[in-house]
Amino acid sequence: MRPRSRWHPWTMLAPTLALLFVFFLFPIGVAAFESAFSWDLLTPPRYVGVANYRALAAHGELLRIALRTLGYSGLVVVGTMSLGLAMALLVNRRARFFALVRASIFSAYVVSWVAVALLWMGLFDRGGRSLLGDPRWALPALAFVGVWKLAGYAMILFLAGLQAVPPSLLEAAALDGAGAWQRFRHVTLPLLMPTAGFVATTTLVTSFQAFDVVRIMTQGGPGRATELFVYAIYEQVFLDLSVGRASALTVVFFAMLLGLSALQLRAWRARGPAAQ
Amino acid sequence: MTVRVRHGWPYLAGAVSAAAWVGPYAWMVATSFKTLPEIVAHPAALLPEHLDLRAYREVFAAMPVARYMAVTIGMAAAIATAQVALALPAGYALAKLRFTGRRFAFGTVLACLLVPAQATFVPVFLMFARLRLVDTMTALVLPFAASAFGTFLVRQSLMSVPDEIIEAARMDGAGEWTIVYRILAPMLRPTLVSLFLVSFVFHYSDYFWPLVMTTGDAVRTLPLGVALLREQGTGVRWHIVMAGNVVLSAPVLALFAVAQRQLLRAVRG
Repeated sequence: MRPRSRWHPWTMLAPTLALLFVFFLFPIGVAAFESAFSWDLLTPPRYVGVANYRALAAHGELLRIALRTLGYSGLVVVGTMSLGLAMALLVNRRARFFALVRASIFSAYVVSWVAVALLWMGLFDRGGRSLLGDPRWALPALAFVGVWKLAGYAMILFLAGLQAVPPSLLEAAALDGAGAWQRFRHVTLPLLMPTAGFVATTTLVTSFQAFDVVRIMTQGGPGRATELFVYAIYEQVFLDLSVGRASALTVVFFAMLLGLSALQLRAWRARGPAAQ
Repeated sequence: MTVRVRHGWPYLAGAVSAAAWVGPYAWMVATSFKTLPEIVAHPAALLPEHLDLRAYREVFAAMPVARYMAVTIGMAAAIATAQVALALPAGYALAKLRFTGRRFAFGTVLACLLVPAQATFVPVFLMFARLRLVDTMTALVLPFAASAFGTFLVRQSLMSVPDEIIEAARMDGAGEWTIVYRILAPMLRPTLVSLFLVSFVFHYSDYFWPLVMTTGDAVRTLPLGVALLREQGTGVRWHIVMAGNVVLSAPVLALFAVAQRQLLRAVRG
């Protein structure tokens, strides 16, 4: 439709575009700019070129943070997807009892990460000893908490996917003599693929940004066993007062996130029509 | 007998699954009513010996719960309201008006969907520090007053509203703002309610942004206060932490019980 005046569209968009620009797009540019300086917030910034990136890459520190974060995300994605699908298959029943099961699983997704993190910290605690203090088990333990929190989200999406499977297809397969497993394997599962792609990528992008569980449950420890990307940035700026390093980490973090988001956009497009 | 077993297993599996999620909450509530000696003696016990309210009294003594709660609810409500109020005209312009630059404007909104607060907090913190706005409500609310997701959502829902409705309203002499807020807003009610609720719940629970944008107590939010209960207490004072946890989670769980349908709608997309 034609706007009534040339200025109407822009006055209506101005507050939104201005806020989004100032708080989301511009800061990315600022981070890229600051990453070329060494700055401790007290003395004036000093231009250092790519020295911040080089320092982070030295000794494989940056690589370790990236791989650790991807490892955490991988565990969360695999756990959330399998548990979410299993739960969706289980609660895809009419009886009221299953509505109750559904609600209790999904409730963890609504409750804050703080509450969930503290709750599991308490449950892991065995009189001062805890899985979280073991360098080998701390990261899987955090991933477990992530799965517990996110499984309800995956379940709801898989449930919507299951309910979109046409019953006539399943009936036809049954008439052809397909058993329950064969019907699931050859009819339901292929139809769930777009949903699965959507769940996998959204969970991947979410868990790649994990911070709360780390800050509350382990502060990156023991050693650096649970130092994930966002927590590493936080440490650089608020504990080490190193704005340049933090900005360089931010740039790498954002570049990796964009790569993961590209996967996500492809999955969104695939799910698009089915979701409507 | 075999028939009963076959039909019984989903109920059994359902009960076990529900317990895996409700059990931890039950432990949280039970622990909040325990005393320190009890926790040391039977940490895993699902029932306290008797209802002891001392942990709650300690929580209320350790932090100004009412003020933290007011700050948190005020912040979340302000963000959710602003997001709905700004997304309506922006979504209307993107969905219904033809003008040069529309693709650019829509592209900007879509690009922002890809930028999380975790990637912007360092520059934004420095900006607020320069403006002396750290530790203010402005630093908590303003960055989220406009929502790329909300704008996109409103735009999508408006695409299915026929142009004739807007044309008829224009013929009747309604101004553009009247059309947006008085005619289209009620038509989009379910979408807007979902957007408001999801945004409110997210920001009520948010830990990251209030943590990095505050250095003191002036506008501390409840999730920060509860997390601090753990950091301040040494050892196994889980009864106090869990009491704080109950105070933090109860409002959200209550809201979930009342508005489950609207929250689920938003997740399914």
